[in-house]
Amino acid sequence: MLGYTLRRLASAVPTLFIIVTVAFFLVRFAPGGPFDLEQPLAPQVLDNLRRTYNLDQPLHLQYLDYLAKLVRGDLGPSYTALDFTVGEMLRRGLPYSIALGASALTLALVLGVVAGVFAALRQNSTKDYAVMAVATVGVTVPNFVVGPVLQLVFGLMLGLLPLGGWGGGDLAHRVLPTIALALPQMAVIARLTRSSMIEALRADHIRTLRANGLPGRAIIAHALRGALLPVVSYLGPAAAALVTGSVVIEKIFAIPGVGSYFVEGALNRDYTLVMGTVVMLASFVVLFNLIVDLLYAALDPRVRYD
Amino acid sequence: MTDASLTSQGGTAARGRSLSTLALQRLKRNRAAVASLIGLALIAIFCFLGPFLSSHPNDRVYQSYVAVPPSLEPYPAAATLERTMQRALERARVDMGDFSASGTTFRVTLTSPRPIDPRVTRYIDRVDEFDDARVVETLEEGRRLVVEGTVQRQWFLMGTDMSGRDLMTRIMVGGRISLIVGLLATLVSLLIGVAWGAIAGYAGGRIDNVMMRFVDVLYSLPFVFFVILLVVYFGRNFVLIFVAIGAVEWLDMARIVRGQTLALKRREFVEAAQALGVGTGGILRRHIVPNLLGPVVVFMTLMVPKIILLESFLSFLGLGVQAPLTSWGVLISEGANNIQSAPYLIVFPSIFFVSTLFALNFIGDGLRDALDPRDR
Amino acid sequence: MPRDNPVHGTMTDPILAIRGLEVRFRTSDGELAAVKGIDLDVDAGETVAIVGESGSGKSQTMMSVMGLLAANGEARGSVKYRGQEILGLPSRALNRYRGRKLSMIFQEPMTSLDPLYRIGDQLAEPLMVHGGLGRKAALKRAEELLDLVRIPDPARRLKSFPHELSGGQRQRVMIAMALANSPDVLIADEPTTALDVTVQARILELLGDLQKRLGMAIVFITHDLGIVRRFADRTYVMKSGEVVEHGPTEGLFAAPKHAYTRMLIEAEPSGRKEPVPTGSPMVLEAKNINVSFHLRQGLFGRSAHEIRAVAGVDLAIRRGETVGVVGESGSGKSTLGRAVLRLLPASGLVRYEDRNLMPLDRKAMRPLRKELQLVFQDPFGSLSPRMTAGEIVTEGLLVHEPGLTRGERDRRAAQAFEEVRLDPLSRHRFPHEFSGGQRQRIAIARAMILKPKLVVLDEPTSALDRSVQKGIVELLRDLQQKHGLAYVFISHDLAVVRALSDEIMVMKAGKVVERGSVAAIFEHPREAYTRELMAAAFLDRREQITSC
Repeated sequence: MLGYTLRRLASAVPTLFIIVTVAFFLVRFAPGGPFDLEQPLAPQVLDNLRRTYNLDQPLHLQYLDYLAKLVRGDLGPSYTALDFTVGEMLRRGLPYSIALGASALTLALVLGVVAGVFAALRQNSTKDYAVMAVATVGVTVPNFVVGPVLQLVFGLMLGLLPLGGWGGGDLAHRVLPTIALALPQMAVIARLTRSSMIEALRADHIRTLRANGLPGRAIIAHALRGALLPVVSYLGPAAAALVTGSVVIEKIFAIPGVGSYFVEGALNRDYTLVMGTVVMLASFVVLFNLIVDLLYAALDPRVRYD
Repeated sequence: MTDASLTSQGGTAARGRSLSTLALQRLKRNRAAVASLIGLALIAIFCFLGPFLSSHPNDRVYQSYVAVPPSLEPYPAAATLERTMQRALERARVDMGDFSASGTTFRVTLTSPRPIDPRVTRYIDRVDEFDDARVVETLEEGRRLVVEGTVQRQWFLMGTDMSGRDLMTRIMVGGRISLIVGLLATLVSLLIGVAWGAIAGYAGGRIDNVMMRFVDVLYSLPFVFFVILLVVYFGRNFVLIFVAIGAVEWLDMARIVRGQTLALKRREFVEAAQALGVGTGGILRRHIVPNLLGPVVVFMTLMVPKIILLESFLSFLGLGVQAPLTSWGVLISEGANNIQSAPYLIVFPSIFFVSTLFALNFIGDGLRDALDPRDR
Repeated sequence: MPRDNPVHGTMTDPILAIRGLEVRFRTSDGELAAVKGIDLDVDAGETVAIVGESGSGKSQTMMSVMGLLAANGEARGSVKYRGQEILGLPSRALNRYRGRKLSMIFQEPMTSLDPLYRIGDQLAEPLMVHGGLGRKAALKRAEELLDLVRIPDPARRLKSFPHELSGGQRQRVMIAMALANSPDVLIADEPTTALDVTVQARILELLGDLQKRLGMAIVFITHDLGIVRRFADRTYVMKSGEVVEHGPTEGLFAAPKHAYTRMLIEAEPSGRKEPVPTGSPMVLEAKNINVSFHLRQGLFGRSAHEIRAVAGVDLAIRRGETVGVVGESGSGKSTLGRAVLRLLPASGLVRYEDRNLMPLDRKAMRPLRKELQLVFQDPFGSLSPRMTAGEIVTEGLLVHEPGLTRGERDRRAAQAFEEVRLDPLSRHRFPHEFSGGQRQRIAIARAMILKPKLVVLDEPTSALDRSVQKGIVELLRDLQQKHGLAYVFISHDLAVVRALSDEIMVMKAGKVVERGSVAAIFEHPREAYTRELMAAAFLDRREQITSC
């Protein structure tokens, strides 16, 4: 198990390396630069700026330099937010994003699984259809529609909850963005759980339990464990989707997380900020996938560590 | 022997019912899918033919009707006409005397200390509400004119946007873009994905291993961010958007096609063809490709909504198609920004957008159920 | 269990009484009657067999007794256990009987255990529920049960997961679970069908033994008359949802009253092949055939692991001759068949007529494919689902006689259909519109249309019901006589092999254990393994010789 973990960690290194390389050159080969302002800077000033940020060096040296600093955990200075390093900016935004993402993932997982099992146990009943109709809405309606609609209903019309902002992270401020972010994933998980639960309930080994006269709760427990396996393997894509979704949700609800940095950084050609965000998000996704794989292996004895 | 006599089996029809015929029959029984097909067709007709029938060009700005709410009544409302005329005449620096409007015509008296240039009617025509203004009577040596003309009635069934453009026409034009992007990007991903997956699956062995490892690596990348980068840096070009999206979304297709090809290759009928001496081309043409079609079609229907969603996601972030073009994502984004003052701006585009996604999902699910070999 | 206890009925009362049982399924094509009002009794301690072909409703009968019908199924009638009505009870009430008084084992040992739980926990669960045992006591009892079903090292096996056990061992675990609460009736639904013959024999022996020791009644659901004859006290014969005949097994076999029963008994492959005329020319000769598979791990194949599927096998076959290749799954018999046709990379020598096939590549082999054909086991998988039967049959003509017009090909297809005794009009239908036996005929027609000299038949009858098998065996025999074909007949079914072959090779683990004429192998098997196979197959030695 330990060896497997280490091997998987090691295999994440080339993936991250590719991400960093592609992102670096993609950013650099793009037209425009961080100091292309509407009022062109004086050549003298521009040269100075370029020298300060090492932009006058040949590209491959800049690349090697970036890699060397990255290994030490230095993401470099931001080109647009003066006096701030990228590391500082990410550290400032990350707590919001993590808090939002974690609560959304938990919500999606818990409610999704509960709804899916509920529907599966009542297959083809009115309740099943009702749950699945809601789930289909959740899958199809993107969160940039859900977010504003929630704002409209609960913020404007009912006046129950604040429209946006983080407000120190109290529950009232968290409710709407968490729901908006979680809803599509909740719906996917509910559909997935329902179909895998139905399949699990039809499995031969469940028939064995019934033939041996085991009570309903034992049957559900056995079926659920099998049905959760596909859900667990979906957690990786779900986390990636949440990361993507948070970019939108943070914008709609004016939450100062890292999602907004990425888009702004890209628009402003803030090379290091874009790189920093990509590296951080990619590492997160890779790491999360690793955790999911380990979890899966712990749940399924048939997985072999080689 | 029962198996040698065929007459007892399934009637006497000499023509067989192929799997696709059976699948089609099953699909026809699926009411949600059929309704979705009809709905989708209606939306497509609305988007592609609608602009030709609409009385409003999609980029026509009605300054008089900025952000007017949707209404079945024509604009302008009678009560507002006098005020509008007054403002128009203020710009012409003449005073307004009597004003009357009945139905589609108006009559107004202009007064001024100095003689009025008859070309003043242009100021009236310039306003969206009035047209065909002409002088019918000149009094007091030109210091008093009586002008008549028609009141232009405009319908804005879904209201207008923040710049005074007809929302319904915008939705039609935006729908074109969204549907086209969805379709073309799906085709791009289909091309790459099917080729990649089929080669990997059919070649097998080490080639398959290397090709699929490559897909695995790409899979773990935060791809939406690369699309964003691409779009940001290489311009918000319409073609680029769907190429970028298609280039990202081919991974799923490649995996599915590869899995199917691998499974098909192991099927005995492929081995049987090999034993008959059929070459690679014949096997691919007669045995692999026809059997791949089902899952690929299903996946395609489910992919179009995914891509429309991704395009609108980019548009929402302000990275989508550029004005004067628009897309549903752009419209929804604009609506979200003005949700407090004009909620209908998000409601109408969302209705079309969500209905389309719903329809495509139901069709995809219906197709999958119809082609599912388990209940055969 | 005191059988004359007045509360539970008298000596003559059956322990399980089924009256007027009907089972229906709602399907998208309307309602389907699977069981049409049957009566069936099981007395304490006896063995009852329900025999029938696929689709006869034999499994669904017992599934409805156990309340295990699929969600779209519905059972009507009466099922009484010791006088208590149990049909249609809610599952909570039914659970007072299931696993306690009545238990069941199934055909699929590979999937009937929960893959995520240890054997011990799965065995302990019913003990804790029904017996009220604590976990520790339940695990101890589970260990005893594993010992009872003769699983070696039971203490260690308790901690194993199902995938670490072989099919036979898993079926033993299933039996242990079913016997955990000493039931009165054990229902066994084709318990050995998915297992190799020698494993099959040991499981059956175990069941017989356990019945002697524990005294429960066994209901055997099977299609295998050999098992019925050997084990059952009484037999019910089912056909399309009805019991056509029942009675003591001896009498039923000796004097079957119903035509269907007679047909089933006669469907056991019979007859022998006529000897090959002397001086018949050699068609194919293979010497020292070796086939290895490499199991690669990792991207660049480090730690390569080699499996020798076929190790140094010789094969020689003459015009009009049939060589039977028998063995259990994994013995390499199918691999050998493909290797001599050069469909797999192999080493050794293969001589067809006067040409050495080994140096030929795929392209050079192509013209010869016409003369060397292959027929597969699975009549579902071997036909391309999106082509019509006619297109499937004539596909080989596209390669070997490319000059033919569409019309000529169609005429040839019609001829080929007639040759395999299928209605030529049915050639425009698709494979899914044919029954299993008809599909196998299509597969044979596909080979025959090319007028081959050698046909490798890979278990061509194994997926078919006995009565359908018989027709295929007769067809193969006729075609051989008519065209002087040479057959390599691969099968695990000794009865079919005996009816068709001149010479037999017994394979085990890639090697030939024993070879010889049919008479020599069946009457005087030299090797222990061959004898074991023979014993496991329950062949009827007194079989009637019918001319063919």
